[in-house]
Amino acid sequence: MSVIGILLILLKTISVVAVFLIHVMFVQYFERKAIGHMQSRLGPMRVGWHGILQPIADSIKLFFKEDIIPASSDKPIFYIAPIIGVIAAVSSLAVIPLWEGFSIANLNVGILYILALSSVGAYSVILGGWASNSKYSFLGGLRSSAQVISYEISMGLSLVGVMMMAGSTNLSDIVSAQDGRWFVIPQIIGFTVFFISALAETNRVPFDLPEAETELVSGFATEYSGMRWALFFMAEYAGMFVMSALAVVCFFGGWSGPGFWIFAYVPPVIWFLIKVYGFIFLYFWIRATLPRYRYDQLMRLGWKIFIPVALANIVITGVVKILWK
Amino acid sequence: MTTPQLFFAYFAVAMTVLSLLVVTRRSPVHSIMWMLVLFIHIAALYLFLNAEFLAAIQIIVYAGAILVLFLFVIMMLNLKKEETAKKYQAQWPVSAGIAIILAAFLVLILGKIVVLPSLGEYSIEAVKTEGIMMTTGKVLYTEFLLPFEIASIVLLVAIIGAVVLAKKRIE
Repeated sequence: MSVIGILLILLKTISVVAVFLIHVMFVQYFERKAIGHMQSRLGPMRVGWHGILQPIADSIKLFFKEDIIPASSDKPIFYIAPIIGVIAAVSSLAVIPLWEGFSIANLNVGILYILALSSVGAYSVILGGWASNSKYSFLGGLRSSAQVISYEISMGLSLVGVMMMAGSTNLSDIVSAQDGRWFVIPQIIGFTVFFISALAETNRVPFDLPEAETELVSGFATEYSGMRWALFFMAEYAGMFVMSALAVVCFFGGWSGPGFWIFAYVPPVIWFLIKVYGFIFLYFWIRATLPRYRYDQLMRLGWKIFIPVALANIVITGVVKILWK
Repeated sequence: MTTPQLFFAYFAVAMTVLSLLVVTRRSPVHSIMWMLVLFIHIAALYLFLNAEFLAAIQIIVYAGAILVLFLFVIMMLNLKKEETAKKYQAQWPVSAGIAIILAAFLVLILGKIVVLPSLGEYSIEAVKTEGIMMTTGKVLYTEFLLPFEIASIVLLVAIIGAVVLAKKRIE
């Protein structure tokens, strides 16, 4: 590969990651505002116009905060645990097609790549909980490991229907295969299982058992402070973005938008972002609405309902695909 | 050395070092961390063989499921006792002897390896044009259907066995 080619890839990577991190930074402002208004509050109002600069103030605060490391913790693992999470979430971006022909790497195993990285990302929570050497953190880590193993299976299985319909695991091919007929309609079962599993996989309400603050203080992140805690936070929100983007690509036609009137002139990436933010809003909406699950209910839901339903969805998709031919 | 050879040399050396790190760490959780790095190296090696599907499966199954289960079990055990215990058992010279004999065999065999030109319809080019998932799927469900089904039945037996064992303990 030529030097210019390598430079071009570097430029692409850096620009996508930089833009992405700004989105991650401001999405928590969006969350606080959205949940604030849902609860008849105003949310952040002090820093800048309607609190728009709040994320910057927060970042500065977190950056300069003291980095406290518990004396009896396992130091090397305590240090790297949050970093694993951020790396795994940000690397997932590489295969997401933002508009036609644009993704950092056009992998043939795009879906599998994202699933692989989301399972590696789980290490950050498990190890962070273990290395802190505190009972609350440890319980959070244990819960997380069991939860992630369970919901990874149903999430993978729920996407098999999409792979079968598109005949590919390349995310760009999956978007092209939809071509106006979004997979969410034929794959409604798969989509439901996927979305709920994604909530569990990103440790969001109602499945935020690993950091359940009413019982575990702050779960796996109890002993973390300052920048390291901020990295956990970043990994969670980056994970939400990746899962939303995966849902948009696999079920909602990716970058495609309505091709008539003035809508035809809107750049595809805008449609992509609108859909992704729709999902992000859904996450916040669920957080403001639903109470937390009990742990045994969470396990029962994953193993006894979602996995059989996802398997049935695969069988139905296969049978329909053969009969249709 | 060409670039692919350079990469292969790196992965070969790194994987050997990582395997040694896995078996020599005192803390089991550190061992697992090195094993995770090792698995990622193995996946990268698959990528060099144009086997991106295997690479992804390697991470999903080994790093994502099996290793997390290891971690889960190790975290439940009483680690403090393990870490202060003696690192090696009394019979370690026997194991070392066997390992050396095996290594000697490997070295002897190494000179006799014959690299065949790619045969049959699944040459490297054919796999490249059709994609490895497509070819693996086709071969698995036509030519090797019976071994594939036998393997799945063996796994099913293992699953049922695990359920039976777990159920017994509750009663």
